[in-house]
Amino acid sequence: MNMKFFLKCTEAVNVCDKSQYEEATFFDKLLLRIHLLYCSLCRGYSFRNRKLTQAIKESDIKTLPDDQKQLIKERLRQAMANQ
Amino acid sequence: MEVLNPDLWVDKYADYLYNYTIVRVNDREVAQDLISETFLAGLKSKKNFKGEASERTWLISILKRKIIDHYRKINSNKGKAEVHINYRNEDSEGDWLEENASDPFDRNAENTMENEELGLAILACLEKLNEKQAEIFKLKTIDGFDTEAICKEFNISPSNLWVIIHRARKSLADCLEKNWFN
Repeated sequence: MNMKFFLKCTEAVNVCDKSQYEEATFFDKLLLRIHLLYCSLCRGYSFRNRKLTQAIKESDIKTLPDDQKQLIKERLRQAMANQ
Repeated sequence: MEVLNPDLWVDKYADYLYNYTIVRVNDREVAQDLISETFLAGLKSKKNFKGEASERTWLISILKRKIIDHYRKINSNKGKAEVHINYRNEDSEGDWLEENASDPFDRNAENTMENEELGLAILACLEKLNEKQAEIFKLKTIDGFDTEAICKEFNISPSNLWVIIHRARKSLADCLEKNWFN
Protein backbone atom coordinates (compact mmCIF):
# COMPACT_ATOMS: atom_id res chain seq x y z
CA MET A 1 0.00 0.00 0.00
CA ASN A 2 1.16 3.45 -0.87
CA MET A 3 1.53 5.28 2.43
CA LYS A 4 2.65 8.73 1.54
CA PHE A 5 0.79 11.59 3.08
CA PHE A 6 2.21 14.48 1.12
CA LEU A 7 1.05 15.02 -2.41
CA LYS A 8 3.02 16.92 -5.00
CA CYS A 9 1.21 19.92 -6.46
CA THR A 10 0.56 18.12 -9.75
CA GLU A 11 -1.05 15.27 -7.83
CA ALA A 12 -3.06 17.61 -5.65
CA VAL A 13 -4.39 19.46 -8.66
CA ASN A 14 -5.34 16.15 -10.27
CA VAL A 15 -7.28 15.04 -7.19
CA CYS A 16 -8.93 18.44 -7.08
CA ASP A 17 -10.05 18.08 -10.73
CA LYS A 18 -11.35 14.57 -10.14
CA SER A 19 -13.29 15.62 -7.08
CA GLN A 20 -15.19 18.14 -9.22
CA TYR A 21 -16.69 15.08 -10.91
CA GLU A 22 -17.04 13.00 -7.72
CA GLU A 23 -14.30 10.74 -8.97
CA ALA A 24 -11.72 11.19 -6.21
CA THR A 25 -11.47 8.55 -3.51
CA PHE A 26 -12.03 9.40 0.13
CA PHE A 27 -8.36 8.83 0.86
CA ASP A 28 -7.23 11.05 -2.00
CA LYS A 29 -9.51 13.82 -0.81
CA LEU A 30 -8.01 13.53 2.65
CA LEU A 31 -4.52 13.86 1.19
CA LEU A 32 -5.68 16.88 -0.79
CA ARG A 33 -6.92 18.52 2.39
CA ILE A 34 -3.57 17.97 4.06
CA HIS A 35 -1.82 19.45 1.01
CA LEU A 36 -4.07 22.50 0.99
CA LEU A 37 -3.13 23.22 4.61
CA TYR A 38 0.36 24.24 3.62
CA CYS A 39 0.11 25.07 -0.12
CA SER A 40 -1.48 28.41 -0.92
CA LEU A 41 -1.02 27.96 -4.67
CA CYS A 42 -3.17 24.84 -4.73
CA ARG A 43 -5.60 26.49 -2.32
CA GLY A 44 -6.11 29.19 -4.91
CA TYR A 45 -6.54 26.64 -7.67
CA SER A 46 -8.98 24.64 -5.59
CA PHE A 47 -11.06 27.72 -4.85
CA ARG A 48 -11.29 28.70 -8.50
CA ASN A 49 -12.01 25.16 -9.55
CA ARG A 50 -14.96 24.87 -7.17
CA LYS A 51 -16.23 28.25 -8.31
CA LEU A 52 -16.16 27.03 -11.90
CA THR A 53 -18.05 23.85 -11.02
CA GLN A 54 -20.66 25.95 -9.23
CA ALA A 55 -20.98 28.36 -12.15
CA ILE A 56 -21.51 25.55 -14.65
CA LYS A 57 -24.14 24.02 -12.38
CA GLU A 58 -26.01 27.30 -11.98
CA SER A 59 -25.88 28.13 -15.67
CA ASP A 60 -27.81 24.97 -16.51
CA ILE A 61 -26.19 24.72 -19.95
CA LYS A 62 -27.58 22.14 -22.29
CA THR A 63 -25.91 20.69 -25.31
CA LEU A 64 -27.68 20.17 -28.59
CA PRO A 65 -28.13 16.37 -28.83
CA ASP A 66 -25.48 14.73 -30.97
CA ASP A 67 -27.91 13.22 -33.47
CA GLN A 68 -29.23 16.72 -34.11
CA LYS A 69 -25.71 18.01 -34.69
CA GLN A 70 -25.04 15.22 -37.17
CA LEU A 71 -28.32 16.01 -38.93
CA ILE A 72 -27.41 19.67 -39.32
CA LYS A 73 -23.93 18.76 -40.57
CA GLU A 74 -25.49 16.45 -43.14
CA ARG A 75 -27.92 19.15 -44.29
CA LEU A 76 -25.07 21.63 -44.59
CA ARG A 77 -23.00 19.19 -46.61
CA GLN A 78 -25.90 18.63 -48.99
CA ALA A 79 -26.54 22.35 -49.32
CA MET A 80 -22.86 22.90 -50.11
CA ALA A 81 -22.89 20.18 -52.72
CA ASN A 82 -25.88 21.80 -54.40
CA GLN A 83 -24.41 25.26 -54.41
CA MET B 1 -12.96 33.15 -49.37
CA GLU B 2 -12.02 30.49 -46.88
CA VAL B 3 -13.61 27.11 -47.33
CA LEU B 4 -16.24 26.42 -44.77
CA ASN B 5 -16.01 23.21 -42.82
CA PRO B 6 -19.58 22.47 -41.72
CA ASP B 7 -18.45 19.95 -39.09
CA LEU B 8 -16.26 22.41 -37.27
CA TRP B 9 -18.84 25.13 -37.69
CA VAL B 10 -21.59 23.11 -36.03
CA ASP B 11 -19.29 21.78 -33.29
CA LYS B 12 -18.15 25.28 -32.46
CA TYR B 13 -21.43 27.19 -32.39
CA ALA B 14 -24.40 24.80 -32.18
CA ASP B 15 -24.45 24.58 -28.37
CA TYR B 16 -24.30 28.33 -27.97
CA LEU B 17 -27.16 28.81 -30.43
CA TYR B 18 -29.13 26.05 -28.73
CA ASN B 19 -28.91 27.60 -25.28
CA TYR B 20 -29.74 30.99 -26.71
CA THR B 21 -32.83 29.59 -28.41
CA ILE B 22 -34.16 27.25 -25.77
CA VAL B 23 -34.87 30.01 -23.23
CA ARG B 24 -36.63 32.01 -25.91
CA VAL B 25 -38.87 29.43 -27.52
CA ASN B 26 -39.09 26.96 -24.65
CA ASP B 27 -39.50 23.98 -26.94
CA ARG B 28 -36.67 21.64 -27.86
CA GLU B 29 -37.91 20.61 -31.24
CA VAL B 30 -38.69 24.13 -32.34
CA ALA B 31 -35.26 25.21 -31.09
CA GLN B 32 -33.56 22.44 -33.06
CA ASP B 33 -35.40 23.39 -36.24
CA LEU B 34 -34.55 27.06 -35.83
CA ILE B 35 -30.88 26.27 -35.36
CA SER B 36 -30.79 24.03 -38.37
CA GLU B 37 -32.42 26.78 -40.44
CA THR B 38 -29.98 29.32 -39.04
CA PHE B 39 -26.95 27.34 -40.13
CA LEU B 40 -28.42 26.82 -43.59
CA ALA B 41 -29.26 30.49 -43.96
CA GLY B 42 -25.77 31.30 -42.72
CA LEU B 43 -24.26 29.05 -45.36
CA LYS B 44 -26.29 30.74 -48.09
CA SER B 45 -25.32 34.24 -47.04
CA LYS B 46 -21.76 33.39 -46.08
CA LYS B 47 -20.40 35.68 -48.75
CA ASN B 48 -22.24 38.59 -47.15
CA PHE B 49 -20.41 38.02 -43.89
CA LYS B 50 -17.95 40.85 -43.74
CA GLY B 51 -16.08 39.70 -40.72
CA GLU B 52 -16.90 42.87 -38.85
CA ALA B 53 -18.63 40.99 -36.09
CA SER B 54 -17.52 37.62 -34.78
CA GLU B 55 -18.87 34.65 -36.64
CA ARG B 56 -21.01 33.74 -33.65
CA THR B 57 -22.53 37.23 -33.38
CA TRP B 58 -23.38 37.05 -37.04
CA LEU B 59 -25.07 33.65 -36.63
CA ILE B 60 -27.00 34.97 -33.64
CA SER B 61 -28.29 37.87 -35.70
CA ILE B 62 -29.67 35.37 -38.22
CA LEU B 63 -31.10 33.26 -35.42
CA LYS B 64 -32.85 36.28 -33.87
CA ARG B 65 -34.72 36.86 -37.11
CA LYS B 66 -35.70 33.19 -37.24
CA ILE B 67 -37.06 33.39 -33.70
CA ILE B 68 -39.08 36.49 -34.50
CA ASP B 69 -40.44 34.82 -37.64
CA HIS B 70 -41.37 31.82 -35.56
CA TYR B 71 -43.44 33.96 -33.19
CA ARG B 72 -45.04 35.82 -36.06
CA LYS B 73 -46.15 32.54 -37.54
CA ILE B 74 -47.67 31.38 -34.26
CA ASN B 75 -49.44 34.69 -33.79
CA SER B 76 -50.87 34.82 -37.25
CA ASN B 77 -52.24 31.32 -36.69
CA LYS B 78 -53.94 32.48 -33.57
CA GLY B 79 -55.18 35.73 -35.01
CA LYS B 80 -54.64 38.83 -32.98
CA ALA B 81 -53.06 38.68 -29.58
CA GLU B 82 -55.77 38.22 -27.02
CA VAL B 83 -56.13 40.02 -23.75
CA HIS B 84 -58.70 38.84 -21.28
CA ILE B 85 -60.09 41.30 -18.83
CA ASN B 86 -62.30 39.76 -16.25
CA TYR B 87 -63.31 42.79 -14.24
CA ARG B 88 -66.80 44.05 -14.91
CA ASN B 89 -66.92 47.53 -13.48
CA GLU B 90 -64.60 50.29 -14.48
CA ASP B 91 -63.53 51.12 -10.96
CA SER B 92 -61.45 48.02 -10.63
CA GLU B 93 -59.53 48.62 -13.80
CA GLY B 94 -56.55 49.84 -11.83
CA ASP B 95 -56.42 46.64 -9.83
CA TRP B 96 -56.29 44.66 -12.98
CA LEU B 97 -53.33 46.60 -14.28
CA GLU B 98 -51.49 46.28 -11.02
CA GLU B 99 -52.03 42.58 -10.70
CA ASN B 100 -50.86 41.98 -14.21
CA ALA B 101 -47.86 44.23 -14.00
CA SER B 102 -46.28 42.49 -11.05
CA ASP B 103 -46.41 38.78 -11.44
CA PRO B 104 -45.84 37.26 -8.00
CA PHE B 105 -45.08 33.87 -9.52
CA ASP B 106 -42.31 35.21 -11.70
CA ARG B 107 -39.83 35.70 -8.91
CA ASN B 108 -37.26 33.63 -10.75
CA ALA B 109 -37.26 35.63 -13.94
CA GLU B 110 -34.24 37.68 -12.99
CA ASN B 111 -32.37 34.64 -11.84
CA THR B 112 -33.12 32.76 -15.02
CA MET B 113 -31.86 35.65 -17.06
CA GLU B 114 -28.62 35.86 -15.14
CA ASN B 115 -28.12 32.11 -15.45
CA GLU B 116 -28.71 32.30 -19.15
CA GLU B 117 -26.08 35.00 -19.52
CA LEU B 118 -23.68 32.96 -17.41
CA GLY B 119 -24.32 29.92 -19.59
CA LEU B 120 -23.64 31.87 -22.75
CA ALA B 121 -20.49 33.35 -21.23
CA ILE B 122 -19.24 29.84 -20.45
CA LEU B 123 -20.02 28.61 -23.95
CA ALA B 124 -18.31 31.63 -25.49
CA CYS B 125 -15.21 30.87 -23.41
CA LEU B 126 -15.33 27.28 -24.62
CA GLU B 127 -14.94 28.49 -28.20
CA LYS B 128 -11.38 29.43 -27.31
CA LEU B 129 -10.40 25.82 -26.72
CA ASN B 130 -9.52 23.55 -29.60
CA GLU B 131 -12.40 21.39 -30.86
CA LYS B 132 -11.29 18.14 -29.30
CA GLN B 133 -10.64 19.72 -25.91
CA ALA B 134 -13.98 21.50 -25.96
CA GLU B 135 -15.81 18.37 -27.06
CA ILE B 136 -14.28 16.23 -24.32
CA PHE B 137 -14.85 18.87 -21.69
CA LYS B 138 -18.52 19.21 -22.64
CA LEU B 139 -19.11 15.48 -22.72
CA LYS B 140 -17.59 15.10 -19.29
CA THR B 141 -18.87 18.21 -17.57
CA ILE B 142 -22.20 19.06 -19.15
CA ASP B 143 -23.41 15.71 -20.42
CA GLY B 144 -21.88 13.85 -17.48
CA PHE B 145 -20.43 10.92 -19.41
CA ASP B 146 -18.17 8.37 -17.70
CA THR B 147 -14.44 8.78 -17.94
CA GLU B 148 -14.27 5.28 -19.37
CA ALA B 149 -16.84 5.93 -22.10
CA ILE B 150 -15.09 9.09 -23.25
CA CYS B 151 -11.67 7.43 -23.25
CA LYS B 152 -13.04 4.66 -25.44
CA GLU B 153 -14.72 7.09 -27.84
CA PHE B 154 -11.59 9.19 -28.31
CA ASN B 155 -9.12 6.38 -27.86
CA ILE B 156 -7.19 8.10 -25.07
CA SER B 157 -6.01 7.00 -21.63
CA PRO B 158 -7.66 8.25 -18.44
CA SER B 159 -4.57 10.27 -17.60
CA ASN B 160 -4.78 11.92 -21.05
CA LEU B 161 -8.38 12.74 -20.30
CA TRP B 162 -7.55 14.39 -16.99
CA VAL B 163 -4.80 16.45 -18.60
CA ILE B 164 -7.30 17.70 -21.20
CA ILE B 165 -9.92 18.39 -18.53
CA HIS B 166 -7.36 20.23 -16.43
CA ARG B 167 -6.27 22.47 -19.30
CA ALA B 168 -9.85 23.16 -20.27
CA ARG B 169 -10.85 24.06 -16.70
CA LYS B 170 -7.87 26.34 -16.28
CA SER B 171 -8.50 28.18 -19.51
CA LEU B 172 -12.18 28.43 -18.74
CA ALA B 173 -11.59 29.79 -15.25
CA ASP B 174 -9.19 32.41 -16.65
CA CYS B 175 -11.64 33.42 -19.35
CA LEU B 176 -14.60 33.66 -16.99
CA GLU B 177 -12.59 35.60 -14.48
CA LYS B 178 -11.93 38.19 -17.17
CA ASN B 179 -15.42 38.24 -18.67
CA TRP B 180 -17.84 37.28 -15.98
CA PHE B 181 -16.83 37.14 -12.34
CA ASN B 182 -15.61 40.71 -12.18
